[in-house]
Amino acid sequence: MDEAVLRTLTPTVIGVLVRRGADFAAAEDAVQDALVEAVRVWADDRPRDPKGWLVTVAWRKFLDAARADTSRQHREVRVEGEPMPGPGEAVDDTLQLYFLCAHPSLTPASAVALTLRAVGGLSTRQIAQAYLVPEATMAQRISRAKRTVSGVRLNQPGDVATVLRVLYLVFNEGYSGDVDLAGEAIRLTRQLAAKTNHEEVAGLLALMLLHHARRPARTGPDGRLVPLAEQDRSLWNTRLIAEGVDVLQAALARDRLGEFQAQAAIAALHADAQTAEETDWVQIVEWYDELVRLTDSPVARLNRAVAVGEADGPRAGLAALAELDPALPRHTAVAAYLHERDGDPVTAARLYAEAARSAPSLPERDHLTRQAARLNARLRG
Amino acid sequence: MMAKYLLLKHYRGAPASVNDVPMDQWTPEEVSAHVQYMRDFAARLEGTGEFVDGQALSSEGTFVRSDGEGRPPITDGPFAETKDLIAGWMVIDVETYERAIELAGELSAAPGAGGKPIHEWLEVRPFLGAHSTVTE
Repeated sequence: MDEAVLRTLTPTVIGVLVRRGADFAAAEDAVQDALVEAVRVWADDRPRDPKGWLVTVAWRKFLDAARADTSRQHREVRVEGEPMPGPGEAVDDTLQLYFLCAHPSLTPASAVALTLRAVGGLSTRQIAQAYLVPEATMAQRISRAKRTVSGVRLNQPGDVATVLRVLYLVFNEGYSGDVDLAGEAIRLTRQLAAKTNHEEVAGLLALMLLHHARRPARTGPDGRLVPLAEQDRSLWNTRLIAEGVDVLQAALARDRLGEFQAQAAIAALHADAQTAEETDWVQIVEWYDELVRLTDSPVARLNRAVAVGEADGPRAGLAALAELDPALPRHTAVAAYLHERDGDPVTAARLYAEAARSAPSLPERDHLTRQAARLNARLRG
Repeated sequence: MMAKYLLLKHYRGAPASVNDVPMDQWTPEEVSAHVQYMRDFAARLEGTGEFVDGQALSSEGTFVRSDGEGRPPITDGPFAETKDLIAGWMVIDVETYERAIELAGELSAAPGAGGKPIHEWLEVRPFLGAHSTVTE
């Protein structure tokens, strides 16, 4: 059995244990232990009922841990044997686990780690590798997060918006090491979309699919960033684009616009253009207007200035940019781009070099340095 | 016995490189060749089992010190005139000091302007071990 398929059962099995009376933290540990055993045992002898097998083994591990715990504390063993499967066994608490792991009392980093473990079924080691921190650090982050939500009951209603923010954070981390976090975020969002009827969940799923579709074109063979306008569009994944557009259209039809639907609409318009020149920038600007109205986000305003520069010319883009705080991340890079389009390579080269010095990542710094170098070489020649 | 060394690259503070041209004055191809050299170098050390870590730092930082209990820390900077500014590092785990010097030399020869080696000065600093060696 594929490990990812096995992991999809994680939240369901945690839910069953919690309904049987285990507290969330202990249930979560027991299911992790059961997953490890499943990977070891199932290779030779796959059970006919994987979920039933996991529930049985996880429950046994929970009892073992509870007995060890109570005997250490010289107290009576409170939990005994195998309970009769009750009506609760058929209920799927996966959705409740999403809410619990994204609980507003958690910091974003804790919510991300807990979601990846309890909903995603990733091991602490895998999560630590993905975020480039020592395993012991990640283990502490997760156990502190579990303590923070220990008083929260699983049947409390949660806020979908906080869950979406957590999943979006996971998606944007991309991929490092063995774990493809973007792929994992899509899997978790897809699973959430199947369990809710919420247009912004669909909007986020569409956004992720449309962005993920461009991933093969976004970096060159040497790891360098390839900007949207220069991407080889034949590398875009048309199957993911088609799915993203379908999901988005169904969401938009419900006429309850939200920020993720608006962002997905912009991504869909890019995906729709056969060449960069065919991009419908006028419509993209309209969607950025919606996004700014919905979020009032400075980042949305910055991206809007780029779109205005394409739709109405670089002067209009620079005018839109002039209204924004120059301290915004990537403000200087956008200014450099618009000045070059406006036919001022001297200013553009200077700004690209300046933007490179404050770039937030190594690939961006290299990209911006290369842009400055390109213009300076042309000015010399 | 394996020992760890820090190879430090400075934005400022090291003696001037032989091929001392700011990166935005190179050609884009020269920038790419340099980036590729650094990637290949790290990948090769992973292959030989000598690579531990490599990180690049932003060129602007802040100085911070405690201002006593119950008060927020005092911050200062970034200082445009700071004499010593670290750009990044690579940590290697190697058999001998000579091997650390050899590798730092190779890293210093990364290509720069005109495709010629930069010959920049890198600082090699041995790690102090976390465990004491039994001497009795």
